[in-house]
Amino acid sequence: MTTAVAGERAAELRGFRKVQRLAYECAEAVAASLEPGVTEREAARMQRVWLRERGVRDWFHLPFAWFGDRTAFVNFRVPLQFFPTDRRLEPGMPFILDMAPVHGGFTADIGYSGSLGLNPLQDKLMDDLEAHRELILREVRERRPLRAIYEDVDRLMVRQGYANRHRAYPFGVIAHKVDRVKERRWSPKVFGFGTQSLKGLAADALHGHREGWSPLRSPYRFSDHPPRPGLWAVEPHLGFRGTGAKFEEILVVTDSKDPEESAFWLDDDLPHVRRWAEGK
Amino acid sequence: MLENARERRVRTGGVELCVAEVGEPGQPTVVLVHGYPDSKEVWAQVAARLADRFHVVLYDVRGHGRSTAPRPLRGGFTLEKLTDDFLAVVDAVSPDRPVHLVGHDWGSVQSWEFATVARTEGRIASFTSMSGPSLDHFGHWINTRLRRPTPRRVGQLLGQGAKSWYVYALHTPVLPELAWRGPLGKVWPRVLERFERVPGDGYPTSSLPTDAAHGAWLYRDNVRARLRRPRADAYAHAPVQLITPLGDAFLSERLYDELEQWVPQLTRRTLPARHWIPRSRPDQLAAWIGEFVTANEGGRTVTAPDGKYAERFGGQLVLVTGAGSGIGRATAYAFAESGARVIAVDRDPEGAAHTAEMSRLLGAPEAWAETVDVSDEQAMEKLADKVAAEYGVVDVLVNNAGIGLAGSFFDTTPEDWKKVLDVNLWGVIHGCRLFGKQMAERGQGGHIVNTASAAAYQPSKALPAYSTSKAAVLMLSECLRAELAGQGIGVSAICPGFVNTNITSTARFAGVDAEEEKRRQKRTARLYGLRNYPPEKVADAILRAVVRNEAVVPVTPEARGAHLLSRFTPRALRAIARLEPPL
Ligand SMILES: NC(=O)c1ccc[n+]([C@@H]2O[C@H](COP(=O)([O-])OP(=O)(O)OC[C@H]3O[C@@H](n4cnc5c(N)ncnc54)[C@H](O)[C@@H]3O)[C@@H](O)[C@H]2O)c1
Repeated sequence: MTTAVAGERAAELRGFRKVQRLAYECAEAVAASLEPGVTEREAARMQRVWLRERGVRDWFHLPFAWFGDRTAFVNFRVPLQFFPTDRRLEPGMPFILDMAPVHGGFTADIGYSGSLGLNPLQDKLMDDLEAHRELILREVRERRPLRAIYEDVDRLMVRQGYANRHRAYPFGVIAHKVDRVKERRWSPKVFGFGTQSLKGLAADALHGHREGWSPLRSPYRFSDHPPRPGLWAVEPHLGFRGTGAKFEEILVVTDSKDPEESAFWLDDDLPHVRRWAEGK
Repeated sequence: MLENARERRVRTGGVELCVAEVGEPGQPTVVLVHGYPDSKEVWAQVAARLADRFHVVLYDVRGHGRSTAPRPLRGGFTLEKLTDDFLAVVDAVSPDRPVHLVGHDWGSVQSWEFATVARTEGRIASFTSMSGPSLDHFGHWINTRLRRPTPRRVGQLLGQGAKSWYVYALHTPVLPELAWRGPLGKVWPRVLERFERVPGDGYPTSSLPTDAAHGAWLYRDNVRARLRRPRADAYAHAPVQLITPLGDAFLSERLYDELEQWVPQLTRRTLPARHWIPRSRPDQLAAWIGEFVTANEGGRTVTAPDGKYAERFGGQLVLVTGAGSGIGRATAYAFAESGARVIAVDRDPEGAAHTAEMSRLLGAPEAWAETVDVSDEQAMEKLADKVAAEYGVVDVLVNNAGIGLAGSFFDTTPEDWKKVLDVNLWGVIHGCRLFGKQMAERGQGGHIVNTASAAAYQPSKALPAYSTSKAAVLMLSECLRAELAGQGIGVSAICPGFVNTNITSTARFAGVDAEEEKRRQKRTARLYGLRNYPPEKVADAILRAVVRNEAVVPVTPEARGAHLLSRFTPRALRAIARLEPPL
């Protein structure tokens, strides 16, 4: 690896990290200003406005907000149901904010879980998500096929007691690719994915994202090969009887032989990671 | 009847009221108002159960018990005068702090007046109402139905109209008084025991004939006037808890359909019982009153769990066996979401502990895990003692633990038989015997659910032992239901078909080696997975069965189908019994 390439890569990652942080800041700011009676639509608009004021003009997908049992995608059958509704926030209700802004050519795709006041059940789900973050990183480093990772996530979830039957984890996939939107020359050696593999995604970003976690999609349609080098938005989502929790953040996958270098989280300074660290 | 009560007399508006107090005066004050034809002693059991935490105040309504009657009687019982009495009592017993008001029957009718007129504002911290609507709300309720008489509304009017026969009777002059002072007064205690299922414990007091005769004026002085011209501003200025006995012979539940419009903060509770709940269900009432008072004292708005049956199961004690997995776990969760206190029993300690932990997070005020093998008689006895001593008497018992066993009759060894009967049948017997006995001895109702199976009525050559065990559970449930009906304890047998749980992976397959057993477990698990009927739906059926007191509940279409066949074409069932299972 030449220093020039390494330097370019570091700059790229800085760009992605910056927009991911911005998105999480947005989530925290909006979450803090949610009040009883606010609707999902309003919460989605608050995210849009907050980010637009800070220079975001383009979206990988527009912000989502889910309240109450919609955080667990209860009874979701058609993709339209993912879009924000007039559901109002009530004390104790869980919520999830999910947004994918593009800033300076870099994309983020994040998910933030919280509740209005205390919600011990959602706290428990968030606690249990920590093991999923560790498991995914470990297995990507082991170059396990995506499908095998999915199945292990599923098994972990069953072990954690969220279901004792198959297919209970309804969220289809746990990761999808993310990239820069504007075409640019970069080192295929580092990231290893060309624009051709992204064209469809960029053209139909929202659709692609929706596909990514549509409960209608079977996990078995995944490729049987390990995640290719590139940026992966990872989004494990636990749902338990009307309460859901997730996080979403970017995992960097490279073709390095060194396990530590072969996959790593873009940023370890995120709300959910801090939360777990504080809990210890 | 009221033990350790301190008595005082309060003068007001020409009468002298007899007021009794129990419990520490420093504690929050709970005022209990009795109905018709009663005296304050109707609350004896409830007061005794509240006295350790609250300053409990009871008084005889004017003209009742040892309070004096107004002269003349006519016009002496208006709601305005009753409000004067209430204010005089609370000024005497709790001059500085608002009180928590509780009313039953006419005590509740008048308490609605107290809780909705301006001059008591600030004197009432909360109001628990049972079996007595606001006459103003009732008047509006009738008017809405008269104004737009849809068939359903006319039905509701006629329904309540029929239940109000005694109100018309009480409006006839003199006759009611004669009846109460004569024969009716004598037979009344027995009527109550017989039809209202209240304990025969020396109540009603000797003042009954006069109470009943004077109390007729409660109706005559108020009912016609208020129903004809209900107040338009009868909004409650305190949080209200409405407790509705579902078997009330005198009041229809429908009366409260529009109550939210009058009460900004309403908590609803229901219980399967008849009209005189202060005497027939004192434990439950004391628990609900205590919880409501404490919540409102703490300045918390009461956020009751919003599970489907929260009105019915909130605060109740529910024990589920086999709660570490599958149907039992889903059942524990469903009760937890309805605000019940849950005891999760399983022989698998981790499974039980997890169920208890998640139950708490789902809304169970308390949840415990108990590691017990239900087939172990002594262990079950120990459990029953512990539960009674530490958690209380179980309100709903779900005998659900069970194991699977497949294989032809001649492949099934005596040990196999013993094992499956020990868990599936003896486990249920122990549960019913021990916890059912505690329920019956308490004498305040309850419910037992036994998880049988569609195999209880669908014979199969592949499941002789399992089906036998489940048929026994079904019959046991039916017999017990007959025996306990008179004590207000319901018994339901749940008969699921194929449900996607762990039972397939742990089931024993008789007559094959270990490897083949593994293979069959996997294969069955796969088939059940394809069928994919979730245990949550069985849990839902279990809660519904308790609410409706259903006897036999087939769950899943195949179980319902087989149930129909068993009744109408048992031959078809026998033909199915001969089929080779796809293993
Ligand atoms: N799953 C079905 O298709 C189905 C159909 C009809 C009836 N049933 C009945 O439903 C009940 C629950 O079964 P499930 O499907 O949830 O199975 P499951 O195996 O998922 O759960 C049964 C639970 O009971 C516990 N248990 C077993 N034996 C015990 C004992 N001796 N003492 C204490 N706990 C014990 C187990 O540890 C387990 O946690 C059983 O009685 C079963 O016969 C199941």
